[in-house]
Parts: sequence; C-alpha cells; structure tokens
Amino acid sequence: MSFSAAAIRKDFPIFGRTVRDGKRLVYLDSGATSQKPLSAIEAESDFYKFHNAAAHRGVYQLAEEATDAYEGGRAIVADFLMAPGGADEIIFTKNATESLNLLAYAMGNAPAGNRFALKTGDRIVVSEMEHHANLIPWQQLAVRTGAELAWFGVTQDGRLDLSAIDQIISAQTKVVALTHQSNVLGTINPLAHIVARAHEVGAVVILDACQSVPHMAIDIGALDVDFLVFSGHKTLGPTGIGVLWGRLKLLDELPPFLFGGSMIESVTMTYATWAPVPQKFEAGVPNMAQAVGLGAALNYLTKLGMENVFAHELSLTGYLLEKMMSIPNIRLIGPTDMNSRGGTVSFTVNDIHPHDLGQFLDSQGIAVRTGHHCAWPLAQRMNVPASTRASLYLYNDEYDCDALVNGIMEAQKYFGAL
Amino acid sequence: MQLDSLYQEVILDHYKHPQHKGLNPTFDAQVSHVNASCGDEITLNIKLENDVIESLTWDGQGCSISQASVSMMTDLLIGKTLHQASVIVKSFSELMASKGTSTGDALILEDAIAFSGVSKFPGRIKCSLLGWMAFKDVSIQAQSQ
Ligand SMILES: Cc1ncc(COP(=O)(O)O)c(C=O)c1O
Repeated sequence: MSFSAAAIRKDFPIFGRTVRDGKRLVYLDSGATSQKPLSAIEAESDFYKFHNAAAHRGVYQLAEEATDAYEGGRAIVADFLMAPGGADEIIFTKNATESLNLLAYAMGNAPAGNRFALKTGDRIVVSEMEHHANLIPWQQLAVRTGAELAWFGVTQDGRLDLSAIDQIISAQTKVVALTHQSNVLGTINPLAHIVARAHEVGAVVILDACQSVPHMAIDIGALDVDFLVFSGHKTLGPTGIGVLWGRLKLLDELPPFLFGGSMIESVTMTYATWAPVPQKFEAGVPNMAQAVGLGAALNYLTKLGMENVFAHELSLTGYLLEKMMSIPNIRLIGPTDMNSRGGTVSFTVNDIHPHDLGQFLDSQGIAVRTGHHCAWPLAQRMNVPASTRASLYLYNDEYDCDALVNGIMEAQKYFGAL
Repeated sequence: MQLDSLYQEVILDHYKHPQHKGLNPTFDAQVSHVNASCGDEITLNIKLENDVIESLTWDGQGCSISQASVSMMTDLLIGKTLHQASVIVKSFSELMASKGTSTGDALILEDAIAFSGVSKFPGRIKCSLLGWMAFKDVSIQAQSQ
C-alpha cells in the first residue's frame, strides 16, 4: 500500500473545515498535540454511549464491558511498544507530564534501602534539551532529596554533547532521564551508548518518548531503557491519557505515588498494602474512555505501519529543510541534515519576532508553535529567546511545506525592514 | 485584511523606533516582568517627582506588540501624575478586555488606541499588557517607598 497523506487526511474530520476565511488548515503543530482520526474519536464516544461504567468495580455486564475495554486499551499499548513484560507493564496516567512526576514522586517516597531512594551524593542526569516536563520534576526531586542534578550540554548544531559521558554519568548516578527526540531541535538522541553507560553504573534510564512514539516504530526491548513515557494526545489519541511503561521488576520495587481506591490490596484504619502493578499506580477511577480512544488511535497507526509513517515524515522533513534553507536570513535551530533527526523544525527569520511571524502565518491558515516550546534552558543555550516551530506528522504533505515556505517569505515582505 | 488591524502602522513604528528604551540609572523602583508563555520580558523603572512621573524607562525583548505597547505607554505616562496615569492604565485595560467591540478613548489613550485591534486576538492581549502590568507594579512599589 502506498502511503498517501491526502487519503489519510480524509480520516481526520478536522481537515474537513477551513480556517481564517476559507483557507485550508495547514496544521504544523503536531508536536504540541496531534489531530485525531474519526476512529479514535468514535471509540471514545462509543465507550460513553454503550459501555460506560466504572472499570474494576462492578459485577454487572456494563462494568465488565468497561473493564474489558479499558484493559483492551492497555494491551494495545503494550503491543505497540513491544513491551517485553506485556500489559502489566503499562500504567495509564493523564499525560507524559504526570508519568514523569509519578516517577519522580514515587522515587521521593522510596524508603532508605529501596533501590530508588536518593540521598546527598547521589546524582540525577538530564540534558539541556529537555522539555520542562522532563527537567523540573528531576530538578525538584534533587532539591528535596539532596541529590545532585547534572546534565549533558547541547552542541551548537543541536546534538547532545557526549564528550564527557563517563564523568557526567558518574558512579554516583542513580537516574538518567532523557528525551528520545527533542521537541524543539528534532534531534533523535543516540541511546545505545548512554544506556550502556547508565547501566554500567547501576542507574535507571527514563526515556521521554513524547516525540518518538507517535512517529517511529518502538521496540522497548531493543532500546533497553528502564522506563518510558508518552502522551496519548500527541499520538492521535485523546487528551487526558498518558502512558508510563516500566520494567515489571522495577515497577514492583517502586513505591506508589497516588494513594486511594483501586490501588490497594488490603486496608485497615492504620495500615494498607498495595495491589500488584499496574493497579498500584492507578489510584481512583481511571480515564477509561480515553484509554479506549488511545487504543483505537494506536490501531490506526499500526494499520498504516509505523515504518511507513516514519519514512513519510523523514522524506517530507528532507523536502522542507531543503526549501527552508533557501530562504534568505533564516536560521534553523537544530540539525540541518537528515542524520538522526525527525520532523520538527525550529527557526528564526530575520529579526521578526516568532509571535509576529506566527500571527502572520495564522492569517494564511498555517498553524505553527511560537515561543520557547517549554524548553527555556535550551532556548537560552541556543541564544534564541523564542523561535517558531513547524512539526510534521503523517497527514502533512508537500503542499503544507510549500505553504509554510511561501508564508515565511510573505511575512518577510509584510514586516519589511524589521 | 484583519491582520492589518493588529499591525497598525503606528505600532510597527514604535517597534522599529522604541521610545524611552534604555534604563535610567537613577530610579525609585524597578521591576521585571515576563510573559511565561512566550518568554517576552520587560524591565521598567520609574522616578517620581512628588506625584509626577519624571522618568519611566525600560528595556526588554519580545514581539512587536509587547515592545510597541511599552514604548507607547512610556510616551503617554511621562509627565503625568500617578492619578492621571491610573486613569490611562484603566482605560487601556478596558480596551484590551473589549474583544474588539471598543475603539478606545482617543482623548485618554491618544496613539495607544491603535491597540484596539489587538483585543480581537486573544493570544496577543497578554503581549500588549505586559508593560502596563509592569507599570502597575512599579508605581505601587515607588509609592510605598
Ligand atoms: C518532549 C516532550 N516531553 C514532554 C511533553 C509533555 O507532554 P504533556 O504536556 O502531554 O504531558 C512534551 C509535550 O509538549 C514534549 O514534547
């Protein structure tokens, strides 16, 4: 089957509308959140229409159906990630931010002697290209525990600086939390070397896969990381559903974060024990319809084939980069070649402020992200207080890329001598 | 085109030729405000002579709307009493909250009525208010000294 973005767009109701007085929607902000295929929207609403009841709680038919639907979503996620330990390794959260906070708070709850307990002298390693969601939880955990935060710098061309990897991932390192693909630069990080070094010193590797799971085939076993997080809403699924995957053995050792219903094994007035993983980490009635919607979204991607999705995005990114580099006075923030990069392209144009550029592009029907993209330290490192970001996905095509390039050149005219 | 109601000539003029930019080394109070969603930032300081704004200078970086707005604001407020200034600030805030239904009071706001178009773009209202919020803050601080 040949990959056709035009055919794919037909599966997404939102592309049936126009914006700003009848213009085609040129949606280049999938890095922030993706659009949704009808099958995912309907799976979510069908849950409410036909199967709604509290999962894991009733003995009646609807409750059974709700439980099956929710657990079905979990099984689909496990397959999609090729989770070595199956569905029990999949924990549903509300988004990747919550998944990362879950890990950081759970580690903060670890009693002395638990492998996750952190103390003065221990080290947490992140990178300068992290989204705030994978920086601040660790920064604050370090403050609370007395552990030290260290990080990989970023080179001028937007790659991780691994020249001092053995010093940065020191013998004291307990946690390495890293993004798989930068949400600003598009850089895909070389994991093998980092994971090997982390494991050599006994650290766990936490992968922020928000910008990789939606775009490329993931084989968790092959990546050899210990935890992985992503958000459903960037992966064609609904908002309100995120995923934490962890090795079963590690999840068993990790203390819970949120306490309440569903996550217990037994309770007295003064004492409680925890349900097995994954329930231990899912307190309260979960986001059932959203888990079902995510399952449908991942099925949609699987049907297309993640290799095909990735190949389409890579070829489109190559096309876009080449066109963009021919625009005078444009500065690309991140790799300018296709070596280990995905379909996220950030840039500045002349002295036109990204907000102004974004506003102009919006008047042409083009949706891009502007600002620091929740990676303020990276913006400081790259010396650009703000930039404009175009992020591509399976439904984008060359028309969208051409519209962006033309829009940028029109904006240069509009803002004239700026 | 609707875009032109946002980017009025006078706004782009102030952006290209900002007024009172460059911080006066002597001041009664100084504040820095940032728009956390985009990283725009403005530092503003004030010097009062009794009740009159003798100097109001700023430095910062950001989009044309935030920078032109603070530039125009300093033009408007220098030489005014704090009471007069508060009337102008209130009028500007109301204009920004008007969702495009108000054209602004030219007697009070003068050139700043050019920002009336901004009130139709919810994403940009914060930009235009950045300097004005900083002024509210800095004037309170200067008075409490
Ligand atoms: C790399 C990366 N990490 C984490 C997040 C946070 O995702 P969410 O806001 O869905 O929790 C994002 C989303 O912008 C991201 O791009």
